[in-house]
Amino acid sequence: MNVLRFVVRRLAEMALTLLAASFVVFGALYLAPGSPASFLLSGRSASPAAIAAINAQYHLDDPFAVRYLRWLGDVLRGDFGRSITYRTDVSALLTDRLPTTLLLVAMTLTVVMVIGLLLGRLAAVRGGVTDSAVLVGTTFAVGTPSFVAAVLLQGLFAVRLGWFPSSGDGDGIADMLWHLTLPAVALALYLVGMLARVTRSAMLDALAGEHVTVARSRGVPERQVIRRHVLRNALGTVLTTAGLIVSTLLVSTILVESAFSVGGVGQLLELATTTKDFPTVQAISLIIVALFMAVNLVVDLLLPLVDPRIALTSGRSSA
Amino acid sequence: MSTVLVRRPGLARLRSTDPRSPLHVLCVGFVGVLTLAALLAPWLAPHDPNAVDLGNALAGTSAHHPLGADAAGRDTLSRLLVGARTSLLGPLGVVTFSTVTGVAVGMAAAWRGGWLDSVLSRSAELVFAFPGLLLAILIISVYGEGLVAPVVALAVAYFPYVSRLTRSLVLAERERPYVSAYVVQGNGALQICLRHVLPNIAPVVLAQATISFGYALMDLAGLSFLGLGVPALTPDWGRMVFDGQSAVQQGYPLSAVLPCVLIVLTVVAFNVAGEGWADRVARRDR
Repeated sequence: MNVLRFVVRRLAEMALTLLAASFVVFGALYLAPGSPASFLLSGRSASPAAIAAINAQYHLDDPFAVRYLRWLGDVLRGDFGRSITYRTDVSALLTDRLPTTLLLVAMTLTVVMVIGLLLGRLAAVRGGVTDSAVLVGTTFAVGTPSFVAAVLLQGLFAVRLGWFPSSGDGDGIADMLWHLTLPAVALALYLVGMLARVTRSAMLDALAGEHVTVARSRGVPERQVIRRHVLRNALGTVLTTAGLIVSTLLVSTILVESAFSVGGVGQLLELATTTKDFPTVQAISLIIVALFMAVNLVVDLLLPLVDPRIALTSGRSSA
Repeated sequence: MSTVLVRRPGLARLRSTDPRSPLHVLCVGFVGVLTLAALLAPWLAPHDPNAVDLGNALAGTSAHHPLGADAAGRDTLSRLLVGARTSLLGPLGVVTFSTVTGVAVGMAAAWRGGWLDSVLSRSAELVFAFPGLLLAILIISVYGEGLVAPVVALAVAYFPYVSRLTRSLVLAERERPYVSAYVVQGNGALQICLRHVLPNIAPVVLAQATISFGYALMDLAGLSFLGLGVPALTPDWGRMVFDGQSAVQQGYPLSAVLPCVLIVLTVVAFNVAGEGWADRVARRDR
């Protein structure tokens, strides 16, 4: 097992896909009807000076290939251009809003991992009524889009009961945690259902294994059988799902941040799309795609550590 | 959503999705009723879904408005009924388009192999890197809001999942003796694929399409909720949640909660129906 070669190879593959993705994100601008300058300025006063500024900023007088390479060079240096709506650097907007989104994602992941694993384990080990209850509950959880959960939670816990604020992201860490609780729960609901179902079936698969019967007949305590022989074997599947969960989360934040007016990157993408602020849309799309691929890579690297039966191969991850 | 078409392991054991279970029957029935309601919506709806009546804004349930009215006084029941059309037509478009192209491409890739196969898997790789909702938002930011742009974007995002599934199914099917028998008898590749292989893989592909219908509905409703989907006046469940959100914050949740409930029930019904079907197919193949 040559870990280093695997990592280098996967990184190269990832770089190639990212390059292609950056081309898609860049080229999308040229699919728009009309000239890029008029599209970028759409709905805004287009004085000759403004058009000249846009032409200069996007190097619209250069050939397409030159424009793309210049843009790519800037992006690699962390320069995503200037936001048309906010009139500041996109990178400044992002650094301003990224902490909020990261905190929200971290809170959601904690909730999902703890509750999802517990529910899945409970359903698999207990069986019977508990199992059926978890199954019915998770069937509804995976049928509930995050924005539906957001609106329902807002109506109940923020407006009716007044336990949590209905919008905004608060100042200071404690206030932020309080403001982000409902958004995190809204994001978590669907993912808890998904993880609980996967954990349950992975544990049932492991429970049916002969090694479990052997361990039990040797008199190993049931607690230990579950922990060392069942949960341990299910971990690989859980990790793969965790990768899926992180990437689903990155996209769902757009909906939930908008629903709760949380000033994070997701809400920025929604605002940028409605105001046709294309440089901002490009930057956030590219970052989400890069994160998405990075998460897949990390999962592929961790998988053999968790489950030694899986050898590192350059095959595609099962995303 | 990247979970589309990934068959969840171990589902064969779920009692709740057993094809003969009451839950499964209930879900299939619900899908049927919903389709009928959407088809007959213009005749069933008691009011014009877009008739504004500010005197009735946020009215509760009454004989005149059985499910109340929204912030503009529009009848919620009528909007739900007529909205079922857009809300179901969008996902149908996504699923149809992605399934037809995905099956065609996956079949060609599996049968031909070689450079065609590798070009197709490489381009699928690129699409995989874009989550469906993100691709839709990118395309909407260029083309503007509407129903067509999101449906095309999601169909493109879902397509590689179908083509990969089809490819693996066709590769397995090719090895079976009946295919060699037809080849020996001098049948053309196209004829064998369309007349003999396609019917054999169709149940699995269609069961997955049923499941992804639910995902497409969630994604499209989400886009409408962001105000990026259907135009403002079109009745649509996601749009109704968006319109009703400010009423929720004022303490009148009815006009937003009802479309929420319908979205959840519809997605659950399609998931359970699709999974039940997939299980039955898997059992028959065994």
